Amino acid sequence: MNSVGLFGLLGFGPDGWGEALLVGAAMTLAVAAGGFLVGMVIGAFGAWAKLTGGPVIRTFADFYTTVLRGVPDLLVIYLFYFGGTAAVSALARTFGADGYIGMPGFVAGVLAMGVVSGAHQTEVFRGAFRVVSRGEIEAGRAVGMGTTLRFRRIVAPLVLRHALPGLSNVWQLVLKESALISVTGLVELLRQSQVGAGSTGQPFDFYIAAAMLYLAITTVSGWTLRRAERHYTRGARRG
Amino acid sequence: MDIPFLSETFYALLTGVPLTLQLALLSTGAGAAFALVLAAMRVSRLPLLDAAARLYVFVFRGTPLLVQIFVIYYGLGQFPAVRASFAWPFLREPYWCAVLALTLNTAAYGSEIVRGGLLAVPYGQIEAARAIGMSRSLLLRRVILPLAIRQALPAYGNELILMVKSTSLASIITLMEITGIAAKIVSETYRIIEVFVAAGALYLLINFALTRLIAAAEYWLTPDLRPASLVPRRRLQENAS
Repeated sequence: MNSVGLFGLLGFGPDGWGEALLVGAAMTLAVAAGGFLVGMVIGAFGAWAKLTGGPVIRTFADFYTTVLRGVPDLLVIYLFYFGGTAAVSALARTFGADGYIGMPGFVAGVLAMGVVSGAHQTEVFRGAFRVVSRGEIEAGRAVGMGTTLRFRRIVAPLVLRHALPGLSNVWQLVLKESALISVTGLVELLRQSQVGAGSTGQPFDFYIAAAMLYLAITTVSGWTLRRAERHYTRGARRG
Repeated sequence: MDIPFLSETFYALLTGVPLTLQLALLSTGAGAAFALVLAAMRVSRLPLLDAAARLYVFVFRGTPLLVQIFVIYYGLGQFPAVRASFAWPFLREPYWCAVLALTLNTAAYGSEIVRGGLLAVPYGQIEAARAIGMSRSLLLRRVILPLAIRQALPAYGNELILMVKSTSLASIITLMEITGIAAKIVSETYRIIEVFVAAGALYLLINFALTRLIAAAEYWLTPDLRPASLVPRRRLQENAS
C-alpha cells in the first residue's frame, strides 16, 4: 500500500486522490455557501421580526434563535436529513410512487446549515441595525425617500457594513460545521477523505490532508473577509 | 401526540446525559488548564513560545472539530509506533479520543479568552501589588489570576455551552451519549421528529441549567459589582469596631 508514497497518494497521478479531494473541497464550499445564503435570508427576516414585530412574532423569533443556538448542529442535520427523507417518501407515496426515496444530502445540508446559521445571523443583523445611527435614517426621510429607497440606499449598506465582522464569524462557523454534513453521505471534503482512508488503509494521511485543505479554505476566506471589511469601512470614522 | 412514546424516549435519552456531561466537563476542565498554558505562552514575550502557541491556535481554530476527532481516532492508529506505545490503550478507546480531541479543540478557543482576561488586568493593580512587595507567584495567585478569571468567566461560560453542543460529535465515533442514543432510537423506530425534538429539548435544558449556574458563579465572584447594601451589616460592624 505504501508503494506510492505520500505525494503519489495525495497527488494528481493515476493513483492520486488529489483531484477527488479538491472536488470534495469544492462541494464543501458549495454547501457552506448555500447554507450561508439561506441563513442570510432567514437572518434578515429574523432581525426584522425581532426589531419591528409585534409581541407574538417577537416571541416566535426569540424562540427560534434560542432553540437553534442551544441545540447541537448535528441534531439539526439529522432532523433535516432523516426527516426530509420521511417527508419526501410520504409525498412520493401520495403521488403513487412506491418505496423509499432519499432526501439529497446536499439539500438537507443546505437547509440545516441555513436554519442554524440563520439563528446566528439574526442576532448579527439585529446588532448591526441597532448601531446604525438614527440620524442617517432621519436624514433619508427628510429628503423624502420612501421606505424601499431608504432601505436600499441607507439601511442595507450601513447594516451590511456593521454586520460584516459578525457575518465573517458566522461564515467560518458554517465552513467548519459543514464537515458534519458528511454524515448524510454527501461527498464533500471530509466524506471524500473517509472514502480514501477506507480504500487505502491510510487514514492519517487523508485526514491530515483534509485538515490542511480546511485550514487553507478558512485562512483564505478569513483574509478575504478582513480585506473586504477594511474596504467597506474606509469611509467610516475609527476610534 | 404519542405521550407514552415521548416519555419513554425521554427516559432513554436521559441515560445519555451523564456521558454528555462527563465529556463536556472533563474536556472543558482539562482544556481550561491547557488554555492557561497557551495564554501564558502568548503573553510570555518569548518569540518561540509565542509563535508555537499562535500556530497551535491557528490550526485548531481553522479546522473542523470532526476532522480533529477523525485524525486522533482513526488516523493515529495507522502508525505501528503509536499502536506499540503506552498511550495505545487510551487512543484505542473512542471515549478517550473524544475527550482528547474536545480538550485540544477547546484549549485553542479558551486560550484566546484567557489571554483577553490577562490583558484586561489593570496595570495599576499589578504595580500596587509589586509596591507592597508581593513575590511573582503571590502576585499571580492573589491579583492577576483572580482578576483575569473574573474577566474571562462570561466568555468561558459560552465556551462550556459550545462544548456541550460539541459532545454530540462523539456519537459519530460510536459513543452513546444523548445524540448517539437518539440516532439509535430513530434507526429502530423511524420516528424521527419526536426523537430528535426530545433530544433537542434535553440539550436546551442542560444548556439552560448551565447558563444559570454560570450566572450564579459570576454573581458570587464579583461582590465588588453588587450594590453595597448586600454586604452583611454584621460584618461591617465587626470591621468598624
